[in-house]
Amino acid sequence: MNNFFTASFLVGLFASTIRMATPLILATLGESFSERSGILNLGIEGIMIFGALAGFVTTYFTHSLWFGVFAATFSGFLFGLLMAFLVVTLGLNQHVSGLGITIFASGLAYYVYRAIIGSPTIPATIKAFDTLKIPGLWKIPFLGPILFDQYALTYIAVILVIVSGYIFFKTSFGLSLRSVGENPEAADAVGVDVYKMRYIALMIGGALMGMSGAFFTLAQFNMFIFDIVAGRGWVAIALVIFANWIPSRVFWGALLFGGVDALGLRLQGTAINIPFQYFLMMPYILTIIVLIFIARNASYPSALLKPYRRE
Amino acid sequence: MSLISFKLEKRTPPSWWFRMLMPIMAVIISLAISSIFLLALRKNPFTAFYYLFYGGLGTKFAFLEMLVKATPLILTGIAVSIAFLAKYWNIGAEGQLYAGALLATWVGIQNFNLSPFFYVSLVIIAGFVGGGVWSFIPAYLKAKFKVDDVVTTLLMNYIMIYFVSAILTGPWRNPVSMWPESVNIAENARLIQLVPRSRVHIGFLIAVAIVFVAYFIVKKTKLGFEIRATGSNSKAANFLGINTLKTIIIASVLSGGVAGLAGVSEVAGVHYHLIHNLSPGYGYSGIVIAMLGGLNPFGVLFAALYFSVIITGAQMMSRSVGIPPYIADVIQGITLIVMLAMLLLFEYKISIRRGK
Repeated sequence: MNNFFTASFLVGLFASTIRMATPLILATLGESFSERSGILNLGIEGIMIFGALAGFVTTYFTHSLWFGVFAATFSGFLFGLLMAFLVVTLGLNQHVSGLGITIFASGLAYYVYRAIIGSPTIPATIKAFDTLKIPGLWKIPFLGPILFDQYALTYIAVILVIVSGYIFFKTSFGLSLRSVGENPEAADAVGVDVYKMRYIALMIGGALMGMSGAFFTLAQFNMFIFDIVAGRGWVAIALVIFANWIPSRVFWGALLFGGVDALGLRLQGTAINIPFQYFLMMPYILTIIVLIFIARNASYPSALLKPYRRE
Repeated sequence: MSLISFKLEKRTPPSWWFRMLMPIMAVIISLAISSIFLLALRKNPFTAFYYLFYGGLGTKFAFLEMLVKATPLILTGIAVSIAFLAKYWNIGAEGQLYAGALLATWVGIQNFNLSPFFYVSLVIIAGFVGGGVWSFIPAYLKAKFKVDDVVTTLLMNYIMIYFVSAILTGPWRNPVSMWPESVNIAENARLIQLVPRSRVHIGFLIAVAIVFVAYFIVKKTKLGFEIRATGSNSKAANFLGINTLKTIIIASVLSGGVAGLAGVSEVAGVHYHLIHNLSPGYGYSGIVIAMLGGLNPFGVLFAALYFSVIITGAQMMSRSVGIPPYIADVIQGITLIVMLAMLLLFEYKISIRRGK
């Protein structure tokens, strides 16, 4: 217990908080794009699992981590396209379509893994990303190792938070996107192509979810394990509500949950005599508790879940 | 923009034979789409599907094993369809199954001195209560705080599964076993075997009975009417004086309770003790089954039998043709999507036109 709350413990805790937050940031941004356009994408969990697989397998064969990231992102993009066909073109129920994509994409990921890698006794591994130390900055005492000794994907995630916020609130594209999610009839009346906007939003969103999946297999771990995403897609769905569909708040929300994850991992390693499963449960319990407090005041996009059919 | 455009027109409700035909068409189309993934592995889809169905139906052993797996699938399918009829998105059947199994095990390991009939009844009630209570929580949070049901029911699956795992590595661990599992439940608390030297147990008949009970409740009672009215138009239901929040809570408890019975079937009928991997996703398969069955209890029965053939047969197909058994999950996902798309034909007449 005496190494608790020392400087090195805190540096480690905060650094791993940001690390654990990374996939949540990417996935939640992805879901924010979808929901801002009026589509709930419950395919998120499966798209992340498939992204984890696509990233791993691509890197396994090409030995290029960035090819892996690209493959994962592209696979997410394609699942976003599939989702768009189902809920935008056909106007199917969004809940069930999304769950269908999750069941399909996760099943396909396991299927492809078994078909290509098999089930070796020693799991197949790749050489995962090293952290990228920002020259000069990472030597700043305390803050340096927390903020500037992270994976490249983490920096990308932070940049994407800023970019997404800019897109949503400072561009005409963002205005169209939000209008399609709030009032598609009015958006259509002023010449916004509702179908096209929703397709684009779902494809961008899917790409971010796929990239999020790659973080698990290419950075956090160096292999594909079957329960690797472990419901973080569902946590992201809750985080979108928590963040009120605003990217900067996505960042803070993801940090909060990343922190609980990181703290749980660290407490497992201490002498505290609590079964590790209780620490694994904490992020999910915290998510539900937070939702209880914020659900009443959440301002859902008005057209969420409503298919749009042009007369 | 596009060369081809769809036009949807509301149609009159389709005839009963059309409604019967639709799931069958969905099954055929989804198998055809799934064969793409078999061809990708250079496997002949016809050979693969032969082993898939042979492995699920072809021998007496396969058939009986299929009935064993169908038991929890019928129950989770019924569970999901009750909730979905009220448009209450209970995606938590998996966790509710474990909650039911947990409480049923707790009752089962007390070694009460009761006749088998009473003891088994007690175990069944415990399973229903366990699943029902676990399902009540998210429904209450939705009614009281407007917390989204999809998120809570999903997250509670993980909480319950970690809890079961914790309790099995801790206080409930069977000291003489190598694995994290509970001690066996009492002999007089077990569901009796239906066919000697097989794993088929009386839970299958109970599940079929539940199908009839669910049909009666949904179609013939005031509660069933209220559930359907809440689901099809909750504003209108409110206007008719139906307390939709109360209806959703009741539907969720029934739904979770039936999912809990699936846990009873696995603990008291198959394993006789609690294990942490009791269900290979029966709760999620319940969603596919409920939709393929058109949220109709008898439809659910047939859909559960079909997917039980697929899940059982996938093991045989894997061994004989070398196709990963996860093809069963791929088929489930595709079937769910195809069936959902087919429902369009239910509501609309689709005319495809060239040009704008």
